[in-house]
Amino acid sequence: MPSAESRLRITDESGVTQVGFIDRNILDEANIQQIGEELAEIIDADDSPKLCISFANVDHLSSAALGTLITISNKIKAKNGQLRLAQIDPQIYEVFVITKLNKLFEIHDTTEDAIKSFA
Amino acid sequence: MAAPSTDINDPAPNRRRLPNERPALEEAATTIVSAAERTGYPQASCFALRLAIEEAMSNAFRHGHRDLEPDADIELAWDVSPERITIVVEDQGPGFDPKSLPDPTAIENIEKPSGRGLLLIRAYMSSIVFNPSGNRVTMVYLHPDKSGD
Repeated sequence: MPSAESRLRITDESGVTQVGFIDRNILDEANIQQIGEELAEIIDADDSPKLCISFANVDHLSSAALGTLITISNKIKAKNGQLRLAQIDPQIYEVFVITKLNKLFEIHDTTEDAIKSFA
Repeated sequence: MAAPSTDINDPAPNRRRLPNERPALEEAATTIVSAAERTGYPQASCFALRLAIEEAMSNAFRHGHRDLEPDADIELAWDVSPERITIVVEDQGPGFDPKSLPDPTAIENIEKPSGRGLLLIRAYMSSIVFNPSGNRVTMVYLHPDKSGD
């Protein structure tokens, strides 16, 4: 489970784990590594994980953070789980478009829409 | 501390050496972005600059200094004018050939977790140039109202 120094806000509702970020800037590689480890723990603890990651209040995101999201996505796919991303600021969404990761991830405008989309 | 260059032809006269320590990197990036804000660059430009600076510094330490001691520092140099911003990041590594990097957006690479930093720098900067040995990148960002776009 996340420690007191968690970089994430985590809630569990109706079988969906909702994840938000403490930091507005997800740039520091040490923090990004910690985020990856925390998310991996959540995925490992579930037979078929359903994760909704919200980017509300996130202002900056580096390519290292994108890499962690891809690793998380691959882990979830390996367990036949499902991943949704939501509430991505238009400027950050552009980063997903440039890298074509908007095609890899299922992205929703709102967390509500993302949660409704889980099978 | 930034030490002004004595070369009047230096395209990036403000410079400082940076260790791989988050507070120093954060402060350096903020210094440049704040100067851009004060000089009249819009918020979207500041977003682009912040991302490019972070990616270039990250590449320098993660890839350029892969085989160096952890305390090896990089040099960041910059100049902010109303028309253009020039940022130079130089590491102490052996350099690399930027043309040798695979396309991270290709189908076979899209699920790989690394290799997107340079793509983002190219997308957000007006131009980027590497020195012949590939351990120094010069990034130029033109003011969006003055670049003729």
